[in-house]
Amino acid sequence: MPQKAAERAVPLLSVRGVSTHYGRIQALREVDLEIAEGELVALVGANGAGKTTLLRTISGILAPSAGDIVFDGHSILRAQPDRRVEMGIAQVPEGRQMFGPMSVEDNLVLGAFTRTKTEAEADLAVVLDKFPQLRDKQREPAGTLSGGQQQMLAIGRALMARPRLLLLDEPSMGLAPNLADETFATIRSLKAAGTTVFLVEQNASAALALADRGYVLETGRIVLADTGRALLENEKVQAAYLGL
Amino acid sequence: MIAWLANPRTGGLLVLAAIIAVLPLALPNNFYFDVAVRAGLNAIVCVGLNLLIGYAGQISLGHAGFLGLGAYASAVLTAHYGWNPYAAMGVGAIAVGVLAFAVGRPILRLRGHYLAMATLGLGIIISIAANTEDDYTGGPDGMTVPPLTVFGTELYGERIWYWIVGALVVVSVWLALNLVASPVGRALRSVHGSEVAAEVSGVDTARYKVLVFVISAVFASVAGSLGAHYGGFITPVDVGFIKSIELVTMVVLGGMASTYGAVVGAAILTALPQVLTWLQDYEHLAFGLILMLVMIFMPRGLIPSLGSAFRHLFIDRPETQST
Repeated sequence: MPQKAAERAVPLLSVRGVSTHYGRIQALREVDLEIAEGELVALVGANGAGKTTLLRTISGILAPSAGDIVFDGHSILRAQPDRRVEMGIAQVPEGRQMFGPMSVEDNLVLGAFTRTKTEAEADLAVVLDKFPQLRDKQREPAGTLSGGQQQMLAIGRALMARPRLLLLDEPSMGLAPNLADETFATIRSLKAAGTTVFLVEQNASAALALADRGYVLETGRIVLADTGRALLENEKVQAAYLGL
Repeated sequence: MIAWLANPRTGGLLVLAAIIAVLPLALPNNFYFDVAVRAGLNAIVCVGLNLLIGYAGQISLGHAGFLGLGAYASAVLTAHYGWNPYAAMGVGAIAVGVLAFAVGRPILRLRGHYLAMATLGLGIIISIAANTEDDYTGGPDGMTVPPLTVFGTELYGERIWYWIVGALVVVSVWLALNLVASPVGRALRSVHGSEVAAEVSGVDTARYKVLVFVISAVFASVAGSLGAHYGGFITPVDVGFIKSIELVTMVVLGGMASTYGAVVGAAILTALPQVLTWLQDYEHLAFGLILMLVMIFMPRGLIPSLGSAFRHLFIDRPETQST
């Protein structure tokens, strides 16, 4: 296990021995991980490994059966999802989950639900500058956007919360390769701008190439943790996730 | 001009008020006024219920119970205890709001359709209480309700009530449209769209679902009180399970998440049985057939389907859901 992140100042997020159950089925087994301010950390794993479960436990949609989640020095286990958004944890949910009939602008403004109207209006301009394609479609229903544009909207909606930690759940899922590349480029630019990102992906090679550090999740357990580069060169990872 | 008229908060409200103002010219006698008043009372309930079904995505199978509590609160407090009818109506509405909160708060924390089950039970309990507490409610025979008074004048007759209920329909539509257009409405639409996405956007989904459930219950209670004073007589049948189903059907037929759809659905389903009486034995058959045909060919309901057809023809731009 790399101790680098832990040796630095207090990590922004630390997940400590977290287990999560769906009824009697255990989806996460004593997961430990840490994310430092400004880091891009990737979590890779196969379908059903528990990646989405971990993200939903961090954002508060699911409650863990054991362990603790500490954000910015405080346990957030007792905080409802909306409180966690207020604290600075925003999530781009799996499959994008647009509010289809609502306009692009309304979708974005909803992302700033926990903030004041003036803050929302100011950030709307910032996000629309970042994604000019969304500006052109501002008044149209989100359901009419293409897959790539919807992914931008989902990321834009999460950015509207001014997150200190951005959780991305399979942003490349269901996108054509060139659109997936575009999405990864967006994530790279977010990192360059200083956003702390926790990226969950099935596309392990792209995710690990971007990431400072990575974790590998297998049937609910963290089995490997290292720098992104080291994981890309790890034989087991290459065999299992990179198809080499 | 067309765009201005198509804007639900300006044009739509004006059109609705105009229709209500002109409609009496087409109503030949008091019987038709009576149908119109009942349609209006149903419309008030449905406008509230649509907020819950159409926007919060939750189904209530007990709204007739809330309507009944309002009706019996007005009836019992005015007839047995000599209360001022407006005070009785207000107390009934507050009690219903508190009850809806108490029921909704624990249930709406859960995702899924548990509210339908809970309200089903609640509605049945209320209807049983109306049947058995005959010292207060007169039991299955029903009870008479004193009339509403304004400045000492008793309000009798379909024509006066037509204007009262008509005005209240416009007010309740206006309230609902404003609620939907507010940040609360945006939160509600997001809950219906994707509850997970709403929660990770920072919307306290449980809180907004409870809020809209309470609001819709209070709409039903007030309409129940008014209906009791208007009819002058209520029985447990008026507030039973079938009535709850009728109310849900009105909302779905008119078009979920369309405030005007709720009004149209209420008007059609209240008037249709009267219109179909000439079919005699086949009346119920035709009634069911019409419902099925509408839902097969316009699954989104009358107003959203006709609305997008209209926009397609005259404005030709994709609509965003906002009514």
